[in-house]
Amino acid sequence: MSASAKLPRWAELGLLPLINLAAALILSGVVVKILGESPWAALKLLVSGALGTQEGIGYTLYYATNFIFTGLGVAVAYHAGLFNIGCEGQAYIGGLGSGLVALWLGDRAPLLVVLPVAIMAGAAFGAAWALIPAWLQARRGSHIVITTIMFNFIAASLMTYLLVNVLIKPGQQSPESREFGANAALPAVHEVCAQVGITFSPSPWNLAFAIALLAAALVWVLVWRTRWGYALRVAGQNQSAAVYAGISPSRIIIQAMLLSGALAGCLGLNELLGSQHRILIDFPSGAGFVGIAVALMGRNHPVGILVAAVLFGALAQGGSQLAFDLPKINRDMVVVIQGLVILFCGALDNVFRAPLAKVWPGRLARSPQPSGGTSVPR
Amino acid sequence: MKLPRFVSILVAPVVFSTAVFAADFAPAIIYDMGGKFDKSFNQSASDGTVRFKKETGIEVREFEVTNAAQREQAMTRFAQRGSQVIVAIGFSQASAVEAAAKKFPNVKFAIIDGTVNLPNVQSINFREQESSFLCGMAAALASKTGKLGFVGGMDIPLIRKFAQGYTDGAKFVNPQAEVFQNMTGTTAAAWNDPTKGGELAKSQIGRGADVIFHASGNTGGGVMQAAKDAGKLSIGCDANQNYLHPGSVLTSAVKRVDVAVYQTIMDAKNGTWKGGPIVLGLAEDGVGYSLDEHNRTLITPAMEATLATAKADIISGKLKVAEYKVQ
Repeated sequence: MSASAKLPRWAELGLLPLINLAAALILSGVVVKILGESPWAALKLLVSGALGTQEGIGYTLYYATNFIFTGLGVAVAYHAGLFNIGCEGQAYIGGLGSGLVALWLGDRAPLLVVLPVAIMAGAAFGAAWALIPAWLQARRGSHIVITTIMFNFIAASLMTYLLVNVLIKPGQQSPESREFGANAALPAVHEVCAQVGITFSPSPWNLAFAIALLAAALVWVLVWRTRWGYALRVAGQNQSAAVYAGISPSRIIIQAMLLSGALAGCLGLNELLGSQHRILIDFPSGAGFVGIAVALMGRNHPVGILVAAVLFGALAQGGSQLAFDLPKINRDMVVVIQGLVILFCGALDNVFRAPLAKVWPGRLARSPQPSGGTSVPR
Repeated sequence: MKLPRFVSILVAPVVFSTAVFAADFAPAIIYDMGGKFDKSFNQSASDGTVRFKKETGIEVREFEVTNAAQREQAMTRFAQRGSQVIVAIGFSQASAVEAAAKKFPNVKFAIIDGTVNLPNVQSINFREQESSFLCGMAAALASKTGKLGFVGGMDIPLIRKFAQGYTDGAKFVNPQAEVFQNMTGTTAAAWNDPTKGGELAKSQIGRGADVIFHASGNTGGGVMQAAKDAGKLSIGCDANQNYLHPGSVLTSAVKRVDVAVYQTIMDAKNGTWKGGPIVLGLAEDGVGYSLDEHNRTLITPAMEATLATAKADIISGKLKVAEYKVQ
């Protein structure tokens, strides 16, 4: 991008996304208007449905937890210059790992034992699922976008086979495993609140949210405060420079993808151990793909990803409230709104940057910026 | 289909503003991920609500889920807003119905294609193997090559139930009959992939099949089109699809989800609703094969007589149809 499109950091990270979001919402409002509902009422419903009640907040943060895991996964790979489209499959297989542990230990060991083992198993399974595409990219040059998409389908086939033939609870139609033992259930926030005497409306928001926050902190430390993270960013931005500096890009590719897959693989903690308490078919329900949008919008920074994940969680929850209360707006309309947000915040990111930079009052005083998160090669 | 929806929008504010009066009858239906307009299973359920609305003028609240967590959320919300009867469409909703029915013991729940053992839940299941058996017989009787095709949607037990009934029926007529089986895929996209369905049908036709049965939702459109293009026969599923390609669709394995949905809501309104399992087969007219002006010439009187005998034998228990069971 041209040098004239430089903005102060706070405007770049705070103002610009807000403008993009507003543009997406305005356009959504036009669509809502065409459908014959009041855009203002719809917006109010969307916001109040997502953040206006305790239940709404609970569901918003529950969805956000999924998006944090997959968003972090996409971001780590992105810093290594890799576009990991495979978080969906890695989350699916990672969930299998956590779920198997929950089935195995759920009624044998206390949560304090089950949880760490489930985290490790989820991360290990997710990482393993990312390993083959990573190896193919690093050693054979097979493009990671293609291979990870393919692995999503292989993951779906494998999981369907396992759930239909092996893990299914006998005597039922639905391809789901039996219910986990009681000790494999992550405590929900409303249960914890009830124990200390606070009433909070029931929702699936659970302990996995805290694990997601920890993961975000861990990613920040790893990527920006360690030698490995420096190597990761160098290899991602300029492979030749990395080789010159004695960094092996192929090793970085494999390590970054392992971490990426491990992060996505933790989704099962929230979805299975935290909410459904069984392994069921297609449980990531697209969170792996939303993770791409979350990472893009969050500028691949953990803080940005947290904010974007909550935004997309709110869209998911508020959107279901919309579909529930306004029959004219069905679930496809909700997808349109989400799509517009992704379009403006991701693809059309530059539309408002240049005009904003032009009218920016302090542009005369601008100075060359160090490379920020936006200069990662595409 | 458009009109009732349009009308529902006009009426909705009234319904919601009056929802506070608990005396109002406000049934609710929750469609699964396939969506209300899947031209097959969910849409058939929707037809049941349309009929109920037409006859009583009472609006049926509805919701289409997009992920697993929304099922219980939607049931809870409908219950909190005073719905007396909540119908859940599809086996995937069983665990959510169980949780919601425990939370709201005074609300009546119904689940289609699933079983929940609670006093306030009506579990409605169909003996798809019986209609599939008859369709397999019809296929074997109509086939000249003795080779038949089956295209399933997603590879799940329910679809294997169709496949097994169909194969057994074909072998009952012609023990040498060969049935090629293909599933479209392993993700939910398999219900909506007519292109792949068409390709699978073409490959089965290439191997000699001349009658192809689909149990694959929207994917079946491609299967039936491919059969028509090749001058072969196809068999429709769930809804009566004979009209899609008159003269090429041998028959359809119908499953009266619409009747089941209509009946459970109507019973709840009239106070005759009872919890517990309900199994609908040939005897109850819950499943069957369709015969209308579009396939009249394809089903010969001799075939019809054979099928009628088999149907009577299945109903009387003389002819046992095996059901696909997991393990």
